Amino acid sequence: MCRLLVAGLLLWSLAAAAEIPLAERRSGAAMMGPDLRAMQEDDSANPAGLWLLDGAALWSRRLGEAGQSCADCHGDVTTSMAGVAARYPVVDLAGGPPMDLEQRINLCRTTRQQAPALALESRDLLALTGLVARQSRGLAIAIDDGPAAQPFIAAGRALFLRRQGQLNLSCAQCHDDNWGRHLGGAVIPQGHPTGYPLYRLEWQGLGSLQRRLRNCMTGMRAEPYAYGSAEAVLLELYLRWRARGMPMDAPAVRP
Amino acid sequence: MAGSRPSPPKCSASVAVVALVLAAALPCLAGEEPRDAIPDSLTGRSGDPQRGRAIVLDRQHGLCPLCHGGLATGRLATGRSPQGDLGPDLSGVGRRWTAGQLRLRIVDPSRLDPGTIMPSYARTEGLARVAPAFSGRPILTAEQIEDVVAFLTTLQ
Repeated sequence: MCRLLVAGLLLWSLAAAAEIPLAERRSGAAMMGPDLRAMQEDDSANPAGLWLLDGAALWSRRLGEAGQSCADCHGDVTTSMAGVAARYPVVDLAGGPPMDLEQRINLCRTTRQQAPALALESRDLLALTGLVARQSRGLAIAIDDGPAAQPFIAAGRALFLRRQGQLNLSCAQCHDDNWGRHLGGAVIPQGHPTGYPLYRLEWQGLGSLQRRLRNCMTGMRAEPYAYGSAEAVLLELYLRWRARGMPMDAPAVRP
Repeated sequence: MAGSRPSPPKCSASVAVVALVLAAALPCLAGEEPRDAIPDSLTGRSGDPQRGRAIVLDRQHGLCPLCHGGLATGRLATGRSPQGDLGPDLSGVGRRWTAGQLRLRIVDPSRLDPGTIMPSYARTEGLARVAPAFSGRPILTAEQIEDVVAFLTTLQ
């Protein structure tokens, strides 16, 4: 009887740990000091600007067997790509797995330009992704969560809740249950990917959300998801859906 | 301050509930095998508190300051304490718990709270996707756990 009571109440207390209510969500930018926020918002001070310059050059470079540039099809990036990154990852209406922005850019390269795919996390792919993401700054994250997307979002959430690694931690234990507290000397953020690809002072460079996820998994002493793997994109999809409606601040600056 | 919680987190309510439930359940557990402690040393010997102190304070080895306060670990360059606050403060922990109770909390804290964020320091099985460098290895060996227990009992 006692055991049953204990077990029942323990289960209840576990169930009480839940998703962050929409109105209580805070981006990493809101947890930063004013200096870093100013650096992020000023295009001439944001270090990601160097990647954006590269991205603009790549946008108009004709290449591949088709001899076409991004601009040949899409024209001015500031108009054609406005709001596009806010919708990624997207789910294929035919029921295929979700595709993130990097994969979409590579699909354009291999099918339209007939050029080799760029290596994931390469400088050129980060530059192009950053350029496209910049055109969604200030716009709300708008992930399609219709019937075709639901099973993939649920699969991503299952990964978010899964305890992994030698330290047996889940993403949710820190970023749903303990945000605002401290791990070592660092404040634990809620983990909303509003600003990727972003410039991290720790990296001294621009990096993707998947790179950040790999950092966390290494800390959990888990084997990180490979770049572009099904798990990485599913987790990315769930995290972006979890941040739905929050404004994009890509390319962001973070400590 | 920016980034701090406006109100106490939900999980502290959960922790309080769990603590209350455990306290209420103790009398009915008293007649059963001890569930709240591992009375015997894992190695059959006492640990070395000096070695234990070094393990506890090492953020790469014992990892304790990542989650627990109450350990003298100096300051970061930012002036902030390098100690986390995900777990209980360890000041005076040797006064609150016996060696056997401390041992259980290091070896298998999930026996007291299945949802605890604290990992088992002895477990090598039933873990998902462990990085190859750590696969098949516990966070601490039995001897190291005994050293840590010996050190924690000195925190009076």
